[in-house]
Amino acid sequence: MLELRDVSKTVSGERHISDVSLALEAGSLNVLLGPTLAGKTSLMRLMAGLDQPTAGTVHMDGADVTGVPVQRRSVAMVYQQFINYPSMTVYENIASPLRVAGTERATLDRKVREAAEMLRLTPYLDRQPLELSGGQQQRTALARAIVKNARLVLLDEPLANLDYKLREELRAELPRIFAESGAIFVYATTEPSEALLLGGKTATLSEGRVTQFGPTIEVFRNPADLLTARTFSDPPLNTIEVEKKQSRFLLDGVGGLPVPPALSDLRDAVYTLGFRPHHLSLEPRGQGAIALDARVTVTEITGSESFVHLDYAGNPWVMLEEGVHRASGGEKLTVYLDTRHLLVFDASGRSAATHRARAA
Amino acid sequence: MARLTLKDIRHSYTPNPASDADYALKRVDHVFEDGGAYALLGPSGCGKTTLLNIISGILRPSEGEIHFDTLDVTDLPTEARNIAQVFQFPVVYDTMTVYDNLAFPLRNRRVPEDVVDRRVREILAMTGLEERAKRRAKGLTADDKQKISLGRGLARPDVNAILFDEPLTVIDPHMKWTLRTQLKELHRRFGRTMVYVTHDQTEALTFADTVVVMYEGEIVQIGTPEELFEHPRHTFVGYFIGSPGMNLLPAEFDGATVRVGGRPVALPGTPQRPSGERIELGIRPEFVRLGREGMPVSITKVEDIGRRKIVHASLEGETIAAIVKEDMEIPAEPHVVFDPAHLNLYADSWRVELEDRP
Repeated sequence: MLELRDVSKTVSGERHISDVSLALEAGSLNVLLGPTLAGKTSLMRLMAGLDQPTAGTVHMDGADVTGVPVQRRSVAMVYQQFINYPSMTVYENIASPLRVAGTERATLDRKVREAAEMLRLTPYLDRQPLELSGGQQQRTALARAIVKNARLVLLDEPLANLDYKLREELRAELPRIFAESGAIFVYATTEPSEALLLGGKTATLSEGRVTQFGPTIEVFRNPADLLTARTFSDPPLNTIEVEKKQSRFLLDGVGGLPVPPALSDLRDAVYTLGFRPHHLSLEPRGQGAIALDARVTVTEITGSESFVHLDYAGNPWVMLEEGVHRASGGEKLTVYLDTRHLLVFDASGRSAATHRARAA
Repeated sequence: MARLTLKDIRHSYTPNPASDADYALKRVDHVFEDGGAYALLGPSGCGKTTLLNIISGILRPSEGEIHFDTLDVTDLPTEARNIAQVFQFPVVYDTMTVYDNLAFPLRNRRVPEDVVDRRVREILAMTGLEERAKRRAKGLTADDKQKISLGRGLARPDVNAILFDEPLTVIDPHMKWTLRTQLKELHRRFGRTMVYVTHDQTEALTFADTVVVMYEGEIVQIGTPEELFEHPRHTFVGYFIGSPGMNLLPAEFDGATVRVGGRPVALPGTPQRPSGERIELGIRPEFVRLGREGMPVSITKVEDIGRRKIVHASLEGETIAAIVKEDMEIPAEPHVVFDPAHLNLYADSWRVELEDRP
């Protein structure tokens, strides 16, 4: 198990990482999710021992490894940019960590071929990396990380430079490949959909802090605060600020939305309501759907789905509907909010009612 | 703005191409209409960037001609083609401020300073760079720099076309939404000819009115997002568009129906008996209905991806994927039904027309 205990990192007066505590289990897949500059790479460098924390400690299987440099830890890293030795063949690239470790020839050969097979590189073993496509180059880097048999494998947006379809395939294979190795697997990404496809556990990051850590689907469904909900939504989270007065959520003191029965014991105060684009629809879904009159700004159609961008009382929202819906800009549209999935955040941004709404 | 005509374009990176395999672009004969929003979509190595470089003049095609309206530009360099380009990685002048970077292409063309100012302010607002207008570009994040590149591409109103080469790859997901819708809005307002190269289906499908799908140096389908989704002409399009892609099941003819692993599946029309050897039935995961009736399947894996679940199953020994809603309970004895209106039939990878299809 890898543990970070109250880890902070300050670089020339600037806080890169603030009070991060995380415990990552052996054989687990852990996603670090957050936008650019949220601290994903900084955190990984601390985990690897490439950087030392300004405060706090790092523990591996109970032992304090805070000052131990990366060379003396069992770590493999794969970066967004494909890094291989350009003058070596794919075979030699994959074999390199084994050669360094002085692995005996027959074992080395077997391990290289196994890893190559797993990553579908067998036909390219005799080629040099620059003769390969980007996807093959990155698979070579991944194969090298696998044969190293490290206890900690850090993948920093490893698929970001690859084709969409190739990413889809590798994303499906990676968890299986690394699960077999029993390593602690850490995967950084900016994309919520990638976190969901990978599964495992997710830590959401924002401005150097971990805002939540838990099973990926749990963090997605029950974000502990507004920041986490925003970080973990693509298309972006729809929000609206309301004031609860008895049975209504008021907007600017008037009108607004009825309070769903499941939220009736919420105390009267100012809240931010949040919900994801697929919980708005053209037809009411589920018990207690609320009708809202919005104005269309623009529609994007993918052929299978439509992203209808809306303006509701000055709030920019997106509705994600199945099928093709040609709503044009300026058009008035009645949409329905599925209140079963409504997220409610108090004035400080903490979740006020997600679980209760779900239980109903 | 101009209409871009590609006449029998072929391109090879080898000096004496002998066979089709030597061509990165096998043959492209296509017209990009004036004011259209086009996407060139395909995996890396499909020839889409080669095609874009031929349009921009970075590459001279081995064969064929390219015309902007009536002018043959085949031998004209990029500078003489009056186009704007946005690349995958930001191209900015580090020592200039954000404002001056955006003003650069306009000042270059001696646009009056009051017009420059109005235009630059519009673009600053659109890209959300207002607060950083006076800062030097050096030290900005990669996605802010890319916003400058995009903004510069959009600055000049008089270009023949705007060409985009994977412009949003380095942009964070949330910003992608904003920039994409703004690009679309901009296209709607000013009707410029735009050609957008990407391997990302969501970007291509949401941005373009017409998507050109390329595969191994050839155009395999040109169509609206809806056409590509509903009726892929080639199994590659079925696979490449959609996530997961279309299920393809080996099938056999049996009169007006086809059989999948011995089970008859009714078709929405009568197929002309195709000459192809390999017959496949195509059904998208979105149109595989999971329930208690239909063909029995055994489920191998369920992926909960938040807003929906992807169910992987085995049907008559073939793997298939089905997409179900987030709240759906997976039945204990699962069966599937294919929505007949959304079945497609393929012979040797090409789509077979069905007669009297409703």
